[in-house]
Amino acid sequence: MIRLEKRKQPSQVWSYLTPILAVIATMIAGGIMFWILGKNPFEAIRIIFWDPLFNTQFASYSRPQLLVKAAPLILIAIGLSLGFRAGVWNIGAEGQYVIGAICGAAVGLAFYPMESFIIFPLMVLAGAFGGFLWAMIPALLKIAFRTNEILVSLLLVYVADQLLASMALSTLRNPDGGGFPGSRNLQQYPSAANPELIAGTGAHWGVVAALIAVIFAYILLAKHKLGFQIKLAGQSPRAAHFAGVNTSVIIVVCLGLSGLLAGLAGLFEVAGPAGQISIDFASNYGFTAIIVAFLGRLHPVGILLAGLLMALTYIGGELAQLMLGIPLAAIQAFQGMLLFFLLAMDVLTDYRPVIGKAKVV
Amino acid sequence: MTGKLLTINGLTKAYPGVIANDDVSFQITNGEVHALLGENGAGKSTLVKMIYGLVKPDAGSMTLNDAAYAPNEPRAARSAGVAMVFQHFSLFEALNVAENIALGMENPPAMGQLSAKISQVSGDYGLPLDPHRLVGDLSAGERQRVEIIRCLLQDPKLLIMDEPTSVLTPQEVDILFATLKLLREQGTSILYISHKLEEIRTLCDEATVLRGGKNVGTCIPRETSASAMAEMMVGTRLSPPQKAYKKLEKTVLQLNGLNLSPASPFGTSLKDITLEIRAGEILGIGGVAGNGQDELLGALSGEAKSAPQSVQMDGQNLGHLSPNARRKLGLLAAPEERLGHAAAPDMTLTENAMLTAAERENLQSNGFLNWTRSRSFAEKVIARFDVRTPGPENAARSLSGGNLQKFVIGREILQNPRVLVVNQPTWGVDASAAAAIRQALLDLAADGAAVLVISQDLDELMEITDRFAALNEGRLSAPVATSDLTVEKIGLMLGGAHGMEVAHDTVVHP
Repeated sequence: MIRLEKRKQPSQVWSYLTPILAVIATMIAGGIMFWILGKNPFEAIRIIFWDPLFNTQFASYSRPQLLVKAAPLILIAIGLSLGFRAGVWNIGAEGQYVIGAICGAAVGLAFYPMESFIIFPLMVLAGAFGGFLWAMIPALLKIAFRTNEILVSLLLVYVADQLLASMALSTLRNPDGGGFPGSRNLQQYPSAANPELIAGTGAHWGVVAALIAVIFAYILLAKHKLGFQIKLAGQSPRAAHFAGVNTSVIIVVCLGLSGLLAGLAGLFEVAGPAGQISIDFASNYGFTAIIVAFLGRLHPVGILLAGLLMALTYIGGELAQLMLGIPLAAIQAFQGMLLFFLLAMDVLTDYRPVIGKAKVV
Repeated sequence: MTGKLLTINGLTKAYPGVIANDDVSFQITNGEVHALLGENGAGKSTLVKMIYGLVKPDAGSMTLNDAAYAPNEPRAARSAGVAMVFQHFSLFEALNVAENIALGMENPPAMGQLSAKISQVSGDYGLPLDPHRLVGDLSAGERQRVEIIRCLLQDPKLLIMDEPTSVLTPQEVDILFATLKLLREQGTSILYISHKLEEIRTLCDEATVLRGGKNVGTCIPRETSASAMAEMMVGTRLSPPQKAYKKLEKTVLQLNGLNLSPASPFGTSLKDITLEIRAGEILGIGGVAGNGQDELLGALSGEAKSAPQSVQMDGQNLGHLSPNARRKLGLLAAPEERLGHAAAPDMTLTENAMLTAAERENLQSNGFLNWTRSRSFAEKVIARFDVRTPGPENAARSLSGGNLQKFVIGREILQNPRVLVVNQPTWGVDASAAAAIRQALLDLAADGAAVLVISQDLDELMEITDRFAALNEGRLSAPVATSDLTVEKIGLMLGGAHGMEVAHDTVVHP
């Protein structure tokens, strides 16, 4: 019989090992699922994890996609991780992402067709500010009325989606677009475009921002008072209060920063890979980033790696759909397994498995 | 009846890095009150948890009434006739007494029937309790009665009590002891865990002393002096705290008509509290738990804000200031709850040093934290206060209660406070650690700081304080010089309002 015994201290070793074990377990369980679906499991796993990077035929297309997809995930997940550490649950990053994109794009489109180096920086500011403001709604409601930020931020995603549709269909619609929904393509407007910085890598300004966010979050959590207060508020609210932590400030900072970063991610996406505000601009990055944040153990470096891994399963998943005809739902289930196994393996950091019955001699 | 009830034979339990119980053997006879004595970390809790089925021993065996006894869960222990009253109550404040008791039962009877049963048992054993009252409105002593009656309803053969008197007034202790003696007369055995040696001498028939997980001896408490028992427990001689001569200086801290409504619905509001403390003085505040102690500490630490002039230090208003602003000025506090209030359980001692010392020990500059300095401050606390831990990188929750308490108190004292407020500084702490903490508080006052000790341990207050005031339902009595008081007088100051003194006069002995 296997029993679990609580450890005196959380195990350092296991907190690094569990993500790796979770990935392996996902491969095994996912492989079984693909096998039941009548696909060759080894081929499917290879296509998802290996081919996007190293297949001679596809890699030249899919390798740059890795950074394109990973950047918004990392950017959003870094922001979310701060809140999750403090016990402030922002589930609505998707909405903040959409609002950031709308605000940023609107600023860019307002200047069309003027060309100036100042336009893109202004768009970045607008995108960040839009995401920040959208996140302030649950933050202020929580402070003033003790509303639940999970519900408010989540429901605001659907409000943002409606706003997006309205923007694509009317306010921001391309006047020269022949009545089709969707804004002008920002990639064709040099002052507002977020171009690939190094050809063939997929690296755009969003990738740079994501790296900066990782470093910023690392320093904040390891060295700064605010980072310490965030951790304290999450682990032990009463001790945090005793230590002089102002809970309202923590709520505003955590929701504000995560909204700001999600807004930035939206702006870089709309000005870069997506190119325009369209009805289907929202792409679930805001939700997937929640998985990324936990997969990365809420640690900045972990999130960097988890974001890359998650992006890989996205690209590999698309490839598997294309090559093997695996349904999208199965790919999503595969991604879901990753979070499931991670959370299940988490128990090992706090508990040790002991094999054999407890002896009573 | 003198038959053996429970025989414990060579029980051993090891946790990673520590042997909590090493080959412990002893016997409990029918109808005796058996004391289990030992410092914190001596292995009392582990031993009791094994008897109650919460922890499985690695080796050794138990016999209950001549039958092998190896409970693998508390339910098995209960059905074998073993019941336990924990130090920390597990009650729902928003439910009434009968509902709380029903929750802990396998097959609760109908509510009306249960209430009648509760009233009957409470009458039989002299434990006044109304089954329809909300637990949130009960005093700590009354809550304990709920737990005791919950146990008595199972008709136990062995009742385990973990530090039952730590939350009671002297009068409530008398009621409890009368009940326990009654149970003993009826043949129920009691395993009584406490560190209050005088109590054990009045109540217990036999005592088993644990030190470092080993049974270091048995004694008859009535025939053994308290200091001899303390020596068995600690292994060395204890010297009582020394009060140094001091001359009192000017008033440092002043509370002027402090009023505060509680943050939680079951808290106590503070009503018109006025006091002053002079430099070099230790002022003791006694009272039964739940009479505003936590709220008073919060009002002083800055966790609860009040009118600016209601808290004054050196003539400066600080009722409206945040905890850190007060720390900066020299007003420090150590709350009662070590884990989760005074310290964050999962954080290391280095991080916990940062928790309150960032301001005064210069552990930060421009918002950036200096972990090297924080670690050396933590090391200083560990060294000066003899905190037993492998090092400052260990999580707070890995320390035993007494060691963590030494760390928490040491952390504040080494910051050199003008005023230090402590709540229950030696609660659940072993005798030697308690003596060290009390001595440290006396030394701090001798160096010219003002110290406010909130405690439910009257012996402690008698031992170290210069003046004493009682906190009752959020009101503070006028302070009296401690030298003019006896424990009985204090007890009346505290508990007189509860009207429970006569409870045992009405007991009908069966």
